[in-house]
Amino acid sequence: MAELRPGMRADQIAGLMISLAGAYAGWETLKLPLGSLDNPGPGYMPLILSVLLFALGLIVASAGGKSQPLADIRWPELRHAFAIFGTCVFAALAIEPLGYRLTVAVMLIFLVGVIEKKPPLAVILVSAGMAIGSYWLFATLLKVPLPPGLLGF
Amino acid sequence: MLDTFHNLMLGFSVALQPDVLMYAVIGCVIGTLVGMLPGLGPLAGISMLLPATFGMSPVIAIVLLAGVYYGAMYGGSTTSILMRIPGEAASVMTCIDGYAMTLNGRAGAALCIAAVGSFIAGTVSVVALMLLAPWLATFALRFGPPEYSALLCLGLLVLAYMSSGSIPKTLAMAVLGLFLGMIGIDSMSGYSRFSFGVTDLGDGLGIVPVAVGLFGVAEILLTAGQEFPPTVSKPKMRELLPTRQECRDSAMPIARGTVLGFLIGIIPGSAHIISSFVSYGVERRLSKHPERFGKGAVEGVAGPESANNSAACGAFVPMLALGLPSGPITAVMLAALMVHGVSPGPLMIQNQPELFWGFIASMYIGNVVLLILNLPLVGLFVNLLRVPYSYLYPLVIVFCLLGVYAVSQSVVDVWIMLVMGVLGYGLRKLDFEAAPIVLGMILAPILEQSLRQSLAMSSGSYAILVTRPISATLFAFTALLIVWSLASLFTKKKDWRKEVGLAEQPGE
Repeated sequence: MAELRPGMRADQIAGLMISLAGAYAGWETLKLPLGSLDNPGPGYMPLILSVLLFALGLIVASAGGKSQPLADIRWPELRHAFAIFGTCVFAALAIEPLGYRLTVAVMLIFLVGVIEKKPPLAVILVSAGMAIGSYWLFATLLKVPLPPGLLGF
Repeated sequence: MLDTFHNLMLGFSVALQPDVLMYAVIGCVIGTLVGMLPGLGPLAGISMLLPATFGMSPVIAIVLLAGVYYGAMYGGSTTSILMRIPGEAASVMTCIDGYAMTLNGRAGAALCIAAVGSFIAGTVSVVALMLLAPWLATFALRFGPPEYSALLCLGLLVLAYMSSGSIPKTLAMAVLGLFLGMIGIDSMSGYSRFSFGVTDLGDGLGIVPVAVGLFGVAEILLTAGQEFPPTVSKPKMRELLPTRQECRDSAMPIARGTVLGFLIGIIPGSAHIISSFVSYGVERRLSKHPERFGKGAVEGVAGPESANNSAACGAFVPMLALGLPSGPITAVMLAALMVHGVSPGPLMIQNQPELFWGFIASMYIGNVVLLILNLPLVGLFVNLLRVPYSYLYPLVIVFCLLGVYAVSQSVVDVWIMLVMGVLGYGLRKLDFEAAPIVLGMILAPILEQSLRQSLAMSSGSYAILVTRPISATLFAFTALLIVWSLASLFTKKKDWRKEVGLAEQPGE
């Protein structure tokens, strides 16, 4: 039975994090003019929301005694998740300087070739096909503006 | 009635133009594919396609995006039935009995019932949309800021009450979303709020990067590392016909799902998801043999599938008649219309009848196209599911990047998508729903503006919210809902959501 296990519960941690977020939001909100009741300022609504967020976080935490123990949450996908996230960070940094096609090709070579360890021919076909094909479909055919990158590639 | 008929004829004259028809079919095909692919829901599909609609006429843009929306509703059922993977969130309940039917050798019948149920629900709810939206638009002309404030508060509370998770958790996510919606320049005072000097945040967080991050990227982060890739069976044509008993058993669930889905669809919230949960619960409650549920009961497929298609249609009622998005999907579609200078709302139906009625007529056509795509051609689409996930998810990630970047050619949007992806991943691990965040974010500017205007109108008195008849009625419903949900804390009676099995997960 989950409720007999000691240790912090998922909802308790989550609730406290929500409350912290509410407290920080409230602190940031106090830098804005609150206005008056008949003419509420830009900080009026955010202040109400941060108080609500803080309170709801506490409710979630206090009612979370029977939720899943934090230690029971498994993270088998974490290695993949880190690799994918890292690839996306690279894409965000590279898309404008390197251009869409080169960035996508590098992303797919890494994900399909290095992470998924697929055969080189498949890696080349998928990365080149997707990079060139999606650029042609969206940028050339549908006129969606995508960065061409250095040297027009 | 005669007026409606004439307007519908006008609509068909627009929808049957070759280019509009072609884009309706393209939208349905893309939607079916998007719905079938795990990790890509209708929201991600519509978001990615949004930039491509900028060069189109408003009629074609809305017809294409609507095609993707209800196409995804149809497509989502295929993966649920054949692989026990919900292609999109609304198909979660179909997994339970749909996959059980596949294990019993009735995959074809399950697909057929799902497609026919979706078709009937889609068609009937378009009729309801056609009749209700113009009436609601006329009624909505009486809505002022206090009424909008009351309606939005009620919508957010209904969302929390109807969701499968706990009410405080859902409300916390909705409030977080409302707060995220505050980021950017305050439209009434010109103050920059919470943008920390980032110029791109002046316009606030975009719906597309937030939605694609919370749903698309988070889903990939969660599923890409799975140890056992799913397998898929391909049904044969002759297996598609349900038995007479299966037809009889699914008739009433389809009818109930249609009505229930449409009514839930009108209320702001993730209607198509909630409606399928509620429909499944209701069917199990009404069944003479509830023990069959989970072991391949055809009612467990017919009800939820009809409900989610009907809700998808119902969600267009507030969008078209009030200019209020009832969820993230309709919000993105609203944004698509606004790009073209069209402002959905009470006056749109009067001022741009060809747009409204053309859209309605295209939905009739779309339903027929989808029935064809999802029955005789289902085998063709199933082949797509044979692409190994290790190839599929990198492509989905590229589409997420492409869709987000292309909306405003901003790398800041890509960063927002990544932050939201990590947030969505964490929330899923901690068993929180992400949909209320997006809904809160969308409703935040409307709620804030209407509340501030209400207070300005009443010289700072909150009484204005409860002294005008429409807003008072809406707030009375809100209060009733609060009392109702608190009652289950103090009585031994089970919460109704548990009674109808709403809290049940497909893994059970």
